[in-house]
Amino acid sequence: MTYSGWGRALTADGELARPERRAVVTAQGPAIGNRRSYGDAALNDNGRATDMTRLDRIIGFDGDIVHVEAGCTIATLARIFAPKGYLPAVMPGTGFATVGGAIGMDVHGKNHHNDGSFGQHVTEITLLGIDGTRAITPADEVIWKATIGGLGQTGVILSAKLRLKPITGGQMRVTERRVQNWDQHIEMLDASTATYCVGWIDAMAKGDALGRGIVEEAEVGGGDYSAPKGAKKVPFDAPNFALAAPIVNAFNEAYYRRVPAEGRTVDRRIEDFFFPLDKIHDWNRLYGKRGFHQFQCVVPLAQVDALKSMLSAIASSGLASPLAVLKRMGAGRGGYMSFPMEGYTLAVDFPARDAAAELIAELISLADAAGGRVYLAKDSLASGGVIKSMYPEHSEWSEAVNEADPDHRFETDMTRRLNLRGAK
Amino acid sequence: MTDTWIILGATSAIARAFIRKQAEAGAAFILCGRDIVDMEATAADATVRGAPEATVMPIDMRDAATFDAVIEAAKGLEGTINCAVFVGSMPDQAEIDADPSLIDGVVTDSFTGPARFLTMLCPVMEAREQGVVVGISSVAGDRGRLNNYVYGAAKAGFTTYLSGLRNRMGRKGVHVMTVKPGPVDTAMTWGMKMPAMTTPEAAVEDILKGVQKKRNVIYTAKIWFPIMTVIKLIPEPIFKKLSF
Repeated sequence: MTYSGWGRALTADGELARPERRAVVTAQGPAIGNRRSYGDAALNDNGRATDMTRLDRIIGFDGDIVHVEAGCTIATLARIFAPKGYLPAVMPGTGFATVGGAIGMDVHGKNHHNDGSFGQHVTEITLLGIDGTRAITPADEVIWKATIGGLGQTGVILSAKLRLKPITGGQMRVTERRVQNWDQHIEMLDASTATYCVGWIDAMAKGDALGRGIVEEAEVGGGDYSAPKGAKKVPFDAPNFALAAPIVNAFNEAYYRRVPAEGRTVDRRIEDFFFPLDKIHDWNRLYGKRGFHQFQCVVPLAQVDALKSMLSAIASSGLASPLAVLKRMGAGRGGYMSFPMEGYTLAVDFPARDAAAELIAELISLADAAGGRVYLAKDSLASGGVIKSMYPEHSEWSEAVNEADPDHRFETDMTRRLNLRGAK
Repeated sequence: MTDTWIILGATSAIARAFIRKQAEAGAAFILCGRDIVDMEATAADATVRGAPEATVMPIDMRDAATFDAVIEAAKGLEGTINCAVFVGSMPDQAEIDADPSLIDGVVTDSFTGPARFLTMLCPVMEAREQGVVVGISSVAGDRGRLNNYVYGAAKAGFTTYLSGLRNRMGRKGVHVMTVKPGPVDTAMTWGMKMPAMTTPEAAVEDILKGVQKKRNVIYTAKIWFPIMTVIKLIPEPIFKKLSF
């Protein structure tokens, strides 16, 4: 079976199992979820993998702890628990991400500066390793930290217990404000006291307008929860010119002007705030058959200027990108290979072209020079040496996973490409 | 008043999607099947989603002695009793050719087992003069095809049984709906290339619409109605030479 990551630029051809009962799950290959990682983190070319999306039940709920199978999506948890007064403590930008994937990537959300990463709210994981099934908790420090953000290399995550966050309403109260340039953008992110805060950047704006965008701040507010209506679909791969520079420029301009100059406060559905792009199923097809790459890095607070240089390089490259996100991160992270560090994170999409690969290579070296880090959930182009230098606890992780999986059964295209685990 | 669904074959993917949807609508369940651990997970899921009650009971279509406990439990239920049948098995036709004794199992799983169970449940439902039986048959039962005619024959038997059951129970206020799915994206079809495939969730949407409208026979995906109408019209001298 041929399958790909969300960016569709990389594909794998291999045996894919999709068990519907726990009794038939095997530990013969890495587990994958809804493949919302952009690159090759969920691919195992010429090997076996286990698609966990059919093991997606909520198997217990006690106090504020939910026990959920790995294939359950974040959006399902939000839909079921919001009316009961809870939300997943951390929600990534797509509700299609599975709980297993959210753990394997230790994902973050718009509240990272307050609430940390996804893995920090997990209290127990049921892991199918090569020696069978066991439940692990944060007390099992080494295997725990190797599993949270651990790219699925310690085994198949069957289920997990998550501590949910109590909420007092069912809608999001969102304040949106325009920021005219980079300095204003950073200033507003720094000054924000909101629980949820994120900036959208017009990555094509140059000169004085470099860094202009919209800052969104939000709290869970009053009003009853209402589930979103059906999503739209992208029925076919868009032609390559669909996201050509003039179109993206027009889109970005309109997106910026959408928010009035004086700003506004509106109530939104929970899903519309957290998972804005999920309203269009398969939006990755807008990038056409060749697919796309996303670059995301984080740099330390003091290196904010490095991020500005990256943005200049992006804006002057002429490579069109409608989706660029800037956010201030806290220090919270759950595992050895977790992405977050205190600082600023920038995420930008590029159509998969040679020029984009060159630009991303440049951005990666800028991130490296700034003491920053590239996000493995998005990466498809970095080299192993750079990644290892960016992740200071990499050797603790590789030692732990090689002990848990000495035959390297759970390796993926990503761990092989970056040689994260060394030779057998 | 509580609506309870007795689910035969609760570990099937279509059953699971059905249980979810009905749990969110507030229905209660007796889940029957062989994998108790799996059904307990489904029962917990149903409870979190809104089911007031979800009981798990072991049942094996090939062991009718396991039916009694479920029938007894049904008698004790308050409110409306409904039953949805998702059982069936489809070994490869080539495996059956190699070991013809497999035929007995296929016929038991897909036809005589559920028919026997429903015949036992019938009086309990008729006494309440309400409720719905949803029987999952198959387009494979509409005509015997080269690639799975044993499964098809069993489903044809089940379709005919359901038709008679509808005739009988309709008089007592119990509605029987026959569902003929084409290929559905489940473990049964995983890895096979099949035409006009639907998802368990979409199939369940069709089923629930059908129940609401008191339809007698539905196809899911809907495209299978015209397809099977044409296939049934092909004269046998031509049909016998086709292989699909």
